[in-house]
Amino acid sequence: MSPLNKERWHRFKKNRRGYISLWLFLCLFLMTLPAEFLANDAPLMIRYDGDFYFPVVKEYSELEFGGDFDISAEYTDPYLAGLINEKGWMLWPPIPFDYSTRNSNLTQPAPSPPSDVNWLGTDDQGRDVLARLIYGFRVSVLFGLMLTIATSIIGVAAGAVQGFYGGKIDLIGQRLLEVWSSVPTLFVLIIIASMVTPSFWILLVILLLFGWMALVGVVRAEFLRARNLDYVMAARALGVADRTLIFRHLLPNAMVATITFVPFVMVSAITSLTALDFLGFGLPPGSASLGEMVSQGKNNLYAPWIGISVFVALALLLSLLVFIGEAVRDAVDPNRTR
Amino acid sequence: MSDVVLSIKNLSVAFRQEQALRTVVEDLSFDLLRGETLALVGESGSGKSVTAQSILKLLPEHSAVYQSGSIEFGGENLLASSERALQRVRGNKISMIFQEPMTSLNPLQTIEKQLFESLMLHGKATQRERARPKIVQWLQRVGIQDPQRRLSSLPHELSGGERQRVMIAMALVNEPDVLIADEPTTALDVTVQAQILRLLKQLQHDFNMTVLFITHDLNIVRSLADRVAIMQSGKLLEVGDQTQVFASPQHDYTGMLLSSSPGEPPPHISDQSDVLLKVEELNTWFPIKAGIFKRTVDHVKAVNNVAFELRHGETLGVVGESGSGKTTLGRSILRLIESRGFAGYGREQSNLFELDRKALKTLRREIQIIFQDPYGSLSPRMSVSDIVAEGLRVHERLTASEIDERVVAVLEKVRIDPDARHRYPNEFSGGQRQRIAIARALILKPKLLVLDEPTSALDRSVQKDVIELLKSLQSEYGLAYIFISHDLEVVRAMSHKILVMYRGVVVEAGSAEDLFTRPTHEYTKTLLASVNSPL
Repeated sequence: MSPLNKERWHRFKKNRRGYISLWLFLCLFLMTLPAEFLANDAPLMIRYDGDFYFPVVKEYSELEFGGDFDISAEYTDPYLAGLINEKGWMLWPPIPFDYSTRNSNLTQPAPSPPSDVNWLGTDDQGRDVLARLIYGFRVSVLFGLMLTIATSIIGVAAGAVQGFYGGKIDLIGQRLLEVWSSVPTLFVLIIIASMVTPSFWILLVILLLFGWMALVGVVRAEFLRARNLDYVMAARALGVADRTLIFRHLLPNAMVATITFVPFVMVSAITSLTALDFLGFGLPPGSASLGEMVSQGKNNLYAPWIGISVFVALALLLSLLVFIGEAVRDAVDPNRTR
Repeated sequence: MSDVVLSIKNLSVAFRQEQALRTVVEDLSFDLLRGETLALVGESGSGKSVTAQSILKLLPEHSAVYQSGSIEFGGENLLASSERALQRVRGNKISMIFQEPMTSLNPLQTIEKQLFESLMLHGKATQRERARPKIVQWLQRVGIQDPQRRLSSLPHELSGGERQRVMIAMALVNEPDVLIADEPTTALDVTVQAQILRLLKQLQHDFNMTVLFITHDLNIVRSLADRVAIMQSGKLLEVGDQTQVFASPQHDYTGMLLSSSPGEPPPHISDQSDVLLKVEELNTWFPIKAGIFKRTVDHVKAVNNVAFELRHGETLGVVGESGSGKTTLGRSILRLIESRGFAGYGREQSNLFELDRKALKTLRREIQIIFQDPYGSLSPRMSVSDIVAEGLRVHERLTASEIDERVVAVLEKVRIDPDARHRYPNEFSGGQRQRIAIARALILKPKLLVLDEPTSALDRSVQKDVIELLKSLQSEYGLAYIFISHDLEVVRAMSHKILVMYRGVVVEAGSAEDLFTRPTHEYTKTLLASVNSPL
């Protein structure tokens, strides 16, 4: 690590709030990443008749456990569970539901309040709120991460080309951007949603299509400024090729500005996904999503555990990202490095 | 004459850095006498500006710590005064002018308003209409032409010299007892500098004012100051009568500072050596565009019809004020800026301006440039060895160990410890950085170096080292230099031939000796005069 980056890392660590937020976020992300092992309606491991079974990673037929029909095993079924427990044991994940499992043994009508089975209660279809939160959190973060990486790559590339070559390329590029960014994204999404059922990937592509402009301005400005710096001029006078010039001298400059924005871009990506889900134009019905839970919370105000849980989860996620973003911004602020 | 106006006793100032304190001014004491000019002299980082700003407690409060000492003025200790009391002193009893006239005026307000403000703040005026005659009178006094009409001008409508005049008017409108001038002419051209210095001297005489003049330019000190105080790394080395200090310095460092003229003129080169570069009718024009179709209506003739010849081992000095086109000339020859004309290079006399990309790339290694700002010209993200080796990686196919060998060799040539090659530029001083920049150019074994004010950002003593290095490299490798500078002493020490540029045109050209001893053009004469005696 160059001394400059070392100093930045040092400054980032000195911002306690941002540093703790980063660790907290990483913990939450790494915990929810293997969500199937945390919340699932199939056991992690089964010992049956001297053999080991792993239902989380592989589907088994009921026949293997002495059932009557050749259908995939329902481990929550008391009959099947009884059969397995007779000749072995089952190891359940901490939350024995996945995001779509309906708890059919509710003591109260759904949505049911928190109990020792459903720690955060269930939603109006009897699905476990905590399990849905875990899966929803994972989808949101992954979506945000992918969208951020993709928008950054495209945005930086477009900004770099415009800023480096300037002139006509810049002029045309800027006008195209202005036209493109005035397309109403939401209406386009509604139209597309009426033609195809939007999936994770379709949503990603559409949001990317209309969201990649976020970083262009910053990178372009940074390139316009930096291409006349003395050390870039010196490299040019040495005969360094354009491509090397961009990658070795100009991009590191622009990356500072870009990195500052990345956490905030991610925040906005997650917010967009949540908003679309809330409106019903997002992920297909039934999938785990924070936005869909917000809308459930709104429709079931008398069941406050839904709304409060999802609010806390969203607020935590977005605040952590904003705190990280602030710490990063302070750490790489060029006015302080000079 | 000899009563003390302001007295600094045992002043120590430190800056808070992380947890530690870094002392920048240490145990400093001197007195300012009524009506005198005291010049505070020192190299960059010696603490002279910090001293000046401490007097009015202008240093940033959260980082500066006044460790000890007192600053007595009018029976009060300024360091112990309340902010309110200080506000009555600032701009009223003690005024200050700063180095950069561009940034020390508010760009959004008229000069009348800014002048009125300093009157109003100290209760000397309440209505702008009533204050107007006084404002006009002061603008006239500082030499602004047609002051009545200029009242509503904004700072960007004024030239650099005029801005500094307005700054002086603002500082003096309340007729202070003490004026602190922090390098007030460093950002100005020499001819303008002379006018401003004359003005300051006149005003000081008229108002019997005490001036604390901070500078690093010894020519100014010699012609302006009554007494001199020499500072080095936060400590005051000596204070004394100007003539006495200059004649018999008490301290070694003072002697070194006074004697560090940039050196003797270079040795003659033989008339037989071949012509390396022959430039004719070089024009660099920037179009001025107007209208919706951006038609070119006129041109800014940054470099207009310039011609010269340069032989192997020869230095061509290019002299001129800011905006005269000397930097553009240098960059045009490197084709960093597009221009027209003829620049025959080498034995084949191929025109530099008509080369295609490929031919240009091979020539890039023979023509190199060194920039003014040693801080900006090295990428902060690359290690010294990467910076120096960059040209090699472009032009030659070498293994990593061969590159390393060449880097070590060239760093030794410019007297940088090769063991330090894996460090980053921020660990080096200005002079060392400039050497690294020279090493970067030198590693390709160029034939022509364009030196764009390579010593202007450096202290006098460091300047001398760099110039000696450049000269020894020239005699060793037969390099040809195009040496661009506004500093005539440095140019004299470097150049065989000189071009004097004024507004894009060469007004005088000839051998350095002739030009310095027998200038013919009026502009050259004023330029030389204002350097030799700034007053």
